[in-house]
Amino acid sequence: MRMEKYRVGIDIGSTTIKAVVLDERDNIVHKTYDRHMSSISISLKAMFERLEERFGDIPMRFNFTGSAGLSLAKHIGAQFTQEVISATTALGHHVEGIDVCIELGGEDAKIIFFDGANIEQRMNGTCAGGTGAFIDQMASLLDTDAAGVNALAKNHKKLHDIASRCGVFAKSDIQPLLNQGARKEDIAASIYQSIVNQTVGGLSQGKKIRGKVAFLGGPLTFSSELRKRFIDYLNLEDVYTPENGEVFVAIGAALEANEAPLRIEEVIERIKAYRRRHKDTIRKTIEPLFGSEEEYEAFRKRHEKASLERIDVGAYKGNAYLGIDAGSTTTKMLLIGENEEILYEYYAHNRGNPVDVTRRALLKMYETLHEDIVIKKAFSTGYGEELIKNAFRLDGSEVETICHYNAAKYFDPEVNFVVDIGGQDMKCFKVRDGVITTIILNEACSSGCGSFVETFSESLGYEIKDFSRLALKSRAPVDLGSRCTVFMNSSVKQAQSEAAKTEDISAGLAMSVIKNALYKVIRAHDVKEEYGDRILVQGGTFLNDAVLRAFERETEVEVTRPAIAGLMGAFGAALLAREASQPANHSTLLDTEELENFSYDTRRATCRKCENLCALTVNIFGDGSRYISGNRCEKGAGIENGYDELPNLYLYKYDKVLSYRSDPDKDYQKTVGIPLVLNMYENIPFWQPFFEALDVRVVYSDRSSKKLYEEGQDSIPSDTICYPAKLVHGHMESLVRKNPDFIFYPNIPFNFNESPHADNHYNCPIVAHYPETVDANMNHLDLKNFLQPYLTLNDKKKFVAAAQKALAPHVNVTKTPLKKAFEAGMRSYEEFREDVQKEGERALAYAKENNLNTIVLAGRPYHIDPEVNHGIPKLIRSLNVVLVSEDAVNHLAHEDRLGVLNQWTYHTRLYDAAKAIKDMDRVNLVQLVSFGCGLDAITTDEVQHILEEHNKLYTQIKIDEISNLGAVNIRLRSLLSTMEKEADDHGEA
Amino acid sequence: MAKLEYAEDGRILFTEEMKKEYTVLVPQMAPYHFDYLVYAMRSEGYKAELLTSDDYELIHEGMKYSHNDICVPAMLVIGQFIDALKKRKHDIHKVALIIAQTGGGCRASNYIKILRKALKKAHMEFVPVISLNAGGLEKNPGFRVRPRLIHKMHDALLFGDTVMTLIHQIRPYEKEKGACERLKAEIDKDVEAYYQHRFPLTWGRSKRLCDSIIERFQAIETEKTPRPKVGIVGEIYVKYSPLGNNRLEKTLENEGVEVVIPPLYDFFLYSFDSRAHDIKRYGGPRRERWILKFLVAYIEFWRERTRKKIEKSGFERPVSYKKLKSLSRGFIDVGTHIGEGWLLTAEMIDLIEHGAPNIVCTQPFGCLPNHIVGKGMIKKLKNHSPQSNIVPIDYDTSASKINQLNRITLMVSNAFRNFESERG
Repeated sequence: MRMEKYRVGIDIGSTTIKAVVLDERDNIVHKTYDRHMSSISISLKAMFERLEERFGDIPMRFNFTGSAGLSLAKHIGAQFTQEVISATTALGHHVEGIDVCIELGGEDAKIIFFDGANIEQRMNGTCAGGTGAFIDQMASLLDTDAAGVNALAKNHKKLHDIASRCGVFAKSDIQPLLNQGARKEDIAASIYQSIVNQTVGGLSQGKKIRGKVAFLGGPLTFSSELRKRFIDYLNLEDVYTPENGEVFVAIGAALEANEAPLRIEEVIERIKAYRRRHKDTIRKTIEPLFGSEEEYEAFRKRHEKASLERIDVGAYKGNAYLGIDAGSTTTKMLLIGENEEILYEYYAHNRGNPVDVTRRALLKMYETLHEDIVIKKAFSTGYGEELIKNAFRLDGSEVETICHYNAAKYFDPEVNFVVDIGGQDMKCFKVRDGVITTIILNEACSSGCGSFVETFSESLGYEIKDFSRLALKSRAPVDLGSRCTVFMNSSVKQAQSEAAKTEDISAGLAMSVIKNALYKVIRAHDVKEEYGDRILVQGGTFLNDAVLRAFERETEVEVTRPAIAGLMGAFGAALLAREASQPANHSTLLDTEELENFSYDTRRATCRKCENLCALTVNIFGDGSRYISGNRCEKGAGIENGYDELPNLYLYKYDKVLSYRSDPDKDYQKTVGIPLVLNMYENIPFWQPFFEALDVRVVYSDRSSKKLYEEGQDSIPSDTICYPAKLVHGHMESLVRKNPDFIFYPNIPFNFNESPHADNHYNCPIVAHYPETVDANMNHLDLKNFLQPYLTLNDKKKFVAAAQKALAPHVNVTKTPLKKAFEAGMRSYEEFREDVQKEGERALAYAKENNLNTIVLAGRPYHIDPEVNHGIPKLIRSLNVVLVSEDAVNHLAHEDRLGVLNQWTYHTRLYDAAKAIKDMDRVNLVQLVSFGCGLDAITTDEVQHILEEHNKLYTQIKIDEISNLGAVNIRLRSLLSTMEKEADDHGEA
Repeated sequence: MAKLEYAEDGRILFTEEMKKEYTVLVPQMAPYHFDYLVYAMRSEGYKAELLTSDDYELIHEGMKYSHNDICVPAMLVIGQFIDALKKRKHDIHKVALIIAQTGGGCRASNYIKILRKALKKAHMEFVPVISLNAGGLEKNPGFRVRPRLIHKMHDALLFGDTVMTLIHQIRPYEKEKGACERLKAEIDKDVEAYYQHRFPLTWGRSKRLCDSIIERFQAIETEKTPRPKVGIVGEIYVKYSPLGNNRLEKTLENEGVEVVIPPLYDFFLYSFDSRAHDIKRYGGPRRERWILKFLVAYIEFWRERTRKKIEKSGFERPVSYKKLKSLSRGFIDVGTHIGEGWLLTAEMIDLIEHGAPNIVCTQPFGCLPNHIVGKGMIKKLKNHSPQSNIVPIDYDTSASKINQLNRITLMVSNAFRNFESERG
């Protein structure tokens, strides 16, 4: 008998270690599957010791695989096979005729296409990492575990749209669904669906997933519902789920093991040596949070000061005021007395059901009260303020920023900067002369940093309190980056595989959260200088001393952190309730009896009053009253009103552009298809009359919708590109179906030179050359009639020459009619621009006349597409605000000096729009930014700079495929309440 | 001390006086070329100094002083500058910075402005920033790109490309480890001396040095155990800068493959040629077009000479610019001038056709042009050449190395498999 009859495959993934021992006939004689929690080398050692117990210290051939095994295998001098290769080998060995293999792991997603000898393997991009970790996090949001999510999903009735770009985005969509009371079963299934979308959208890239499909990896092995979602979505008929799916990759590695055999003892020795060596190597570390124990003591003492008095409720008599903060992940409640004594406080996770949590909290509150305490007023705030207010008949509600400021003022009347880091969101605002000036809210990418730390500590089996205490002792915190939690997660995995200590990871995470807040959200290099030195920090995340310390470290400011840091919204609401109370009235809040009989039901519905098709959640309460959420405009709530009158340039332009149509009754010689995408929204007023003059009928692609997007999503080559560009693929699909004689989508690198002070007049790289991407990635369509000429609209002669050549196969004309057509197009385009500008001026005049607020929603021409702007223009209209677009006011600007190179036409309009409104009263600008727009990293800074120079607020809304408007709503309402306040002050002065 | 003078647009000018007093800091962007460019600048009377620091600290500084969504090249270059200024190795009132400005439709043209913003935030707005550009974007009285400097830079690029091309073809096979590195150190000294010469600009000298570089590399003893070739293409900074791409060149060589990086000079020719092309297609001064055309032809004349010599010496020669341009036909229009434009696609085709179908396509996270000319072309290339094995890698200061490495390992594993099955 040969000594080394066994081959061992060891798959070290981001969360688990899997090992398989094969005998000479390739039978599995031993397999293990362990979560390695925090330390890979320890778990690995344990695994090997078990192996030794079973087999004795005999030589075997070892082969490592998996992302975390990479550096380890190298260091201990063992064989390593990349995981996708291992999976391919295992598949080839076990089953025949597989066409596609989908493997989802804790960190990476992979797809393998088998096409005869040609095997194509793909892995997800950096941005879309962490599938398994994502499911774990979502499970904790739903108050269950991974298996629980699967069980829930079995009973789903409906799927919600959940963003599929990455885990962070998906979470931003799920939070509000939970808050609106959507069914957990539906959410669970939707979570799986978003994974399906992400995998298909990010990895298939033009290759159809069909035929016999194999499912591999932990999530797909353990979750039947996730498999089902894939099967349904891809219409799969033949599916292979291997028997040992969870260790399948390890089997592949074992099959590949062919290097010199090693004794188990020897491997264990090498692992030990690796650990020892690794402990001493210097990783990317940062300074420890505290130099000494005394330093920590002083720090702790200093922060103890900011606290409220807690008194015995039994001893208190008199009025009380209630504040409820229905946050995104937690519900917070605070009942205060006349002198801000804390009578009752409550803080709990929503666990997916904020109404129920609030009901229980209120009942508990009533238990502790006695009849000498009278609740005079109750206010709500936060994400779910309206829902809670309606459900429990509160007396009022207020935007959370205002509540937070009121609370902050209580602790430091001179506070000039408030930073709130909650579980999901960050909010910061600057205060000047008692007015909130700049409001900074995180955009989707920075969401969930707070709760990430918490779920992460839970995944290691720590209470968050203990986890954060560990950080204080850390001597060498690990740097974990700051872009977003998806990136942090993968950095943590890397640190773990390098045997970093848990305390160092904990401290590193605290630093990462703060760096994300400072450099990504607040974007200040020196907070003290830009925002002030009286800083108050709050939000549940700051109760973590490590995070607090990290903030002080990084900003070099000693800040105030109230003991009720997590309850500040509720405290502010309670203070406002007190302010609003009148001696005669009591609160209308439901009493004990009503609460006990309280029941409510939720129904899902779709509003069909316009093309936004808002998914509504209708909450029906026991007394028959209803509360509807999820609607963008008032119509969804069943209210008809007179807002249709309000000038709204986005709606106006969209209708206007689509009104350029060919005559339905005329016979044309040819038909051209034009996709309704990107710059076409701006140029249709040129192209339609142009083709009309050439006797060509124009047909457009269908209007954008989520469905249209999904139709084209499998040919998108880059998952980090902006949503408007991704939509192009769906438009092309729909256009081909309409079967025009030819499709026309030109490359236009240079735009019109509209502004004499601009440095250049480029289109952005994507707008300019997306036709090339269509051409290179959509060859499954019959694209032989796809024309994508390079054109300029700035030079008639050049245009005519190029157009003649390009159009020749379909429209053969001489130069003269082309010239005429060009002139007709230009006339029409100029009329269009003038018309938009006139409408802009009319809107501004209307606002002035009727004393209304105006928002200049500054975006790009394609932002008028309702699928891209997600109905934000309607949302603004429902707030009774006049809406103007950037290209309707840019002509009113006169200045030229800029701090940046002003070289893109559409962006020049942004700068000009900002300048145009600098002296206008009650007009503010909100910049609409598409996720993934690299140019906006430059423009946002500059637009903000222009506005702030003229004491205007800067607000930014980042949009992607996410359609959740909760955060948008908070931003807009905060902006408006500040505008109102300013207008009042103005009136008084 | 030099007086601060301002241009019309408010920026600080680099004056003639400053030229004498100030040290000009140059960021390290391409290790085979920038050393030589700095020698060239020094010989023209600038106190130029190359920033070679790659401390972890500089990433932090970059993050602090620039927009977090800006791409990694800007963040690292700005970080490198601020880090250097803060460490106060020089009197910061006697330091100027230099940065290249391409003027194309991608955000890279804005780096100089972002750098100025960063300096302002760091309270160092008095530090002049020089724009190195070909399009006449910003001018400075103390920094004139005179023909002599241009010619010296031309030499630097030519020498740099030659050294890079040869080192990649020899280093993996050298008999005596370290022979290439030693020779490179020698050559570096020779190039420095070359610029100090009294009559630096005689064609004969340039020719002789170039030939001697090739000959000396040829003399290095090698053992040809064939290895698969892996090409690196991508956004210009992360393609060449080890700081930007986590030492990709070294990582790959350690994996046992031969690395191929297309010459840097092609990017410059592409920039000139793009401008000429745009003038033709969209209008503009004809004279400028002819000058640019001539420039491209002139440079190609010299490069072709070197390439021929490389070929004669038994090495793989890089393709000519004209050939490279023709390769893109059928894949992407040569009117695509955003970022690296058609050049990136053409380089991939060239690599695939010349025995290096294994390619790392590098790009900064969120790089716009790469969506189109890099990632956007992979499918078409794969359809056309099924043997192509391209992995796109995003670089970001927050991205985990393991993630990148895992993908590169997959590509390299496949490279070895294909290589072995081809050799039977």
